[in-house]
Amino acid sequence: MSSEAAPVFDIDVTVPRGEGILHLSFASHAAITALVGRSGAGKTSVLDMVAGLLRPQAGRIAVAGRVLFDSVAGIDLPPERRGCGYVFQDLRLFPHMTVERNLLYGARRAGSEPSLLSLLDVCALLGIEPLLARPVRRLSGGEAQRVAIGRALLSGARFLLFDEPLSSLDPARRGEIMGLIERIRDELGLPILYVSHDAAEVERLAGNVVPIG
Amino acid sequence: MLTPEEWDIVVLSLKVSAVAIGGVAPVAFGCAWLLARGRFVGRVLLDALVHLPLVLPPVVTGWLLLLAFGAQGLVGRWLAEFGVSVMFRWTGAALASAVMAFPLMVRAMRLSIEAVDRRLESAARTLGAGRLRVFATITLPLAMPGVLAGMVLGFARSLGEFGATITFVSNIPGETETLPLAIYSALQIPGSETAVTRLALVSVALSLIALLVSEVLARKVGRTGVI
Repeated sequence: MSSEAAPVFDIDVTVPRGEGILHLSFASHAAITALVGRSGAGKTSVLDMVAGLLRPQAGRIAVAGRVLFDSVAGIDLPPERRGCGYVFQDLRLFPHMTVERNLLYGARRAGSEPSLLSLLDVCALLGIEPLLARPVRRLSGGEAQRVAIGRALLSGARFLLFDEPLSSLDPARRGEIMGLIERIRDELGLPILYVSHDAAEVERLAGNVVPIG
Repeated sequence: MLTPEEWDIVVLSLKVSAVAIGGVAPVAFGCAWLLARGRFVGRVLLDALVHLPLVLPPVVTGWLLLLAFGAQGLVGRWLAEFGVSVMFRWTGAALASAVMAFPLMVRAMRLSIEAVDRRLESAARTLGAGRLRVFATITLPLAMPGVLAGMVLGFARSLGEFGATITFVSNIPGETETLPLAIYSALQIPGSETAVTRLALVSVALSLIALLVSEVLARKVGRTGVI
């Protein structure tokens, strides 16, 4: 499906932003690509466009050689067919479900893919097995963050989008989640597009840094 | 307590209201959905039409139903081809109740749909769920307490329905004589004060229970606990 030469993230988009227009173009071969910029620069908008939640005015978005959006060719895959595991900054865990049902929500799509991960794998990786029966409103910040990552991993995602995954955590938890992201990169080989405003975080994780704004 | 005739009246009232609300709830939900989520020309007009039974004199609503469903009415003639008539039947009373309860139900359901966090819906879509699955697993369960609250509220409104019913299907004991109509009839007869009191107490009790249930459900909408 993806040729050796295809960049992991190949993005060239134009989107109206406030008064002006945001134009962003980059091709990255790194396992983790970081988008950095001041708040309000449009970092989250870029993730939303890759996920299919925001339609660019024009442009092209391809991940690992697979075209998700192309305004010239008239391609615009709906979010459910893009195969992205999006870890939102506000997490968006489903409040009316237990942790386990949240984790398995996307497993239906994963069933049709040559899936790499089982619920047990993810629980072991993230250390969330004791939480499975809990309602999500009774999770701490760090726990909820790990469940959100687990839910994205279990959805048969072909790539991951992380929006400031460390911003709401204390320093101890930050180190822990950063270690997890490195393990996801190294053990699962899933491409990651990572939004952050923290230089140290980006320095440690990202193979390629794209400034925005 | 109640005499057998009075029990029959209570049972008939509950039957009329239950059928009215059960039948009209899907339509009310559809309207609420259109008003909450729809982007179309004529949305303001639909909103006004939905609220019409709330502000029209009930006797006018009853008369309009009579025009539509009567023997000469457009709908009435169409129904007659299938041998169906709601005139002077309890089904007609249910229809009048449904129309009168409709605006209240749409309002409650619309609020609960609007209260659903759409960010959760977009999260579900990125996880591979199509629109239909998002509706069934995210939107509907989160809106459900409000939808049920709307139905209970509609049920309560329907139990009290008087004007449109008596205009549309008249006051026929055992067929269309619901609680309010029975109380009205009893008031016309000298010396029936105790019967009036009994029926009125039943009426107050039923309304109070329905309002309490509706309030408990509506509070669930604010939290995300869901039943």
